Amino acid sequence: MVTLSSDSRPIIGRGPPLGARFFVLAVASIALMVFDHRGGYMDVTRSWLHTAVNPLYAVVQLPGQLWDWMTGGFSDRGRLRTENTQLSEELRAARVKLLRFDALTEENRRLRAIRNASQGMGERTLIAEIMRVDLDPYRHRVRINKGSQDGVFKGQPVLDAFGIVGQVTRVDAIGAEVILISDDEHATPVQVNRNGIRSIAVGSGDINRLTLPFLTIESDVKPDDLLVSSGLDGIFPAGYPVAMITKVERDPSATFAVVEARPLAQLDRSREVLLLWVDPATLPVQPATPPTLAPAAIPSVESAASATTAPTTATPATTAPTTPPPP
Amino acid sequence: MADSGSSGLRITITTLMALIFAIAPLPELVNQAKPPLLLLLVIYWSLSAPRIAGLMFAWMCGFAIDVVQGPLFGQHAIAYLLIAYLTHKLQLRMRLYPIYHQTFTVFWLLALYEFIVFWIDGIIGPAVTDWMRWTPVVTGALLWPLLVGILDSWSRARR
Repeated sequence: MVTLSSDSRPIIGRGPPLGARFFVLAVASIALMVFDHRGGYMDVTRSWLHTAVNPLYAVVQLPGQLWDWMTGGFSDRGRLRTENTQLSEELRAARVKLLRFDALTEENRRLRAIRNASQGMGERTLIAEIMRVDLDPYRHRVRINKGSQDGVFKGQPVLDAFGIVGQVTRVDAIGAEVILISDDEHATPVQVNRNGIRSIAVGSGDINRLTLPFLTIESDVKPDDLLVSSGLDGIFPAGYPVAMITKVERDPSATFAVVEARPLAQLDRSREVLLLWVDPATLPVQPATPPTLAPAAIPSVESAASATTAPTTATPATTAPTTPPPP
Repeated sequence: MADSGSSGLRITITTLMALIFAIAPLPELVNQAKPPLLLLLVIYWSLSAPRIAGLMFAWMCGFAIDVVQGPLFGQHAIAYLLIAYLTHKLQLRMRLYPIYHQTFTVFWLLALYEFIVFWIDGIIGPAVTDWMRWTPVVTGALLWPLLVGILDSWSRARR
């Protein structure tokens, strides 16, 4: 039983009746939704509001940070030493690989110079931390602690040490929202590393699964094939690992095979991600690109995709008119 | 007047706490069943202090949820608004209901809320049809008697 707190304001003459207020506010919210969804007119407001609520995010982060600080402070010498040994071993292994990579890069540059193609990869990266903030349990979106102050932009690729994580969908001054490749509104143009077959890996809403709905039953794919980004969307640079094929089912009566893949990036575990700035010269020159996002994507995400039409898109006209040109 | 000021303060404090709760990450399993604490508070304050926590208050709370979590401005705002409107309409009756009956009413209000959010999700894109989506309705309704107990004893202590 709820107790009523006494309220000394008069009952009569306290503003318009309930129904009228409800009506006005309901119309206001519908107008908001339409403006936000259809036109993307709210981007500036949203970025301001997100910056304003950042203290709230900071409060939510506190317990986790405190825990990290405490475990960091109390972790014993022995554990630190083993960790240190392990890390230096990994570093040594990585250095050896890098030596070979350097040679390859050099060779690549020479070959490109012969063919008068663009100069090698001009890339810049920045480490961002995923904030411990729960945006929506059913949408694979995370918030990172780098924003437009650090030069983060909409549609920027985000990676971790193992592969592609996703792309930036919203930016405010001190933070940004990233859509993961496993979100069911995201699609990544990929290529089978073994033979170069191109396809699109669509998120499934399950963090450990991507689906490739556009591979015919004759396509040459098999489990354990590595999928790398094909770079056709102008967002993700080519050649970064995306996923590993886990299941291929060929039903002779169907046109398309049922192909599933597991993302290589540690989508639910990594706390640190890499933001990538790619030199535009290294991207392929605006081919007829498949969309980075599924047809039903919401406009704010959709406008981040570079292309508007593709054979796989059922409704190309859904793209917002205010689509900015790809970076 | 002093009393209305103090419940204004209580409303602000509880609202902020509920907002923080809304974005605090919980372990994977519990997370999907996270009760909509802010909505429960909106219902509670609409019953307990209807002239302070009016429709505008409910709308602002919904909008705050839109800002911190939602994909779309106005989605939760309109859902909160509708729930608050119904609560205001029913408040004279709901306040007299015994607690189990009240919990049952809250259950239906929460179900309606989830349905509106689900519906708008479906309009703007592919909505999640997982049955786990509806668990907050149950956890929220179960939380209601506890919340009423705590907040009532708090307001009695302040009196």
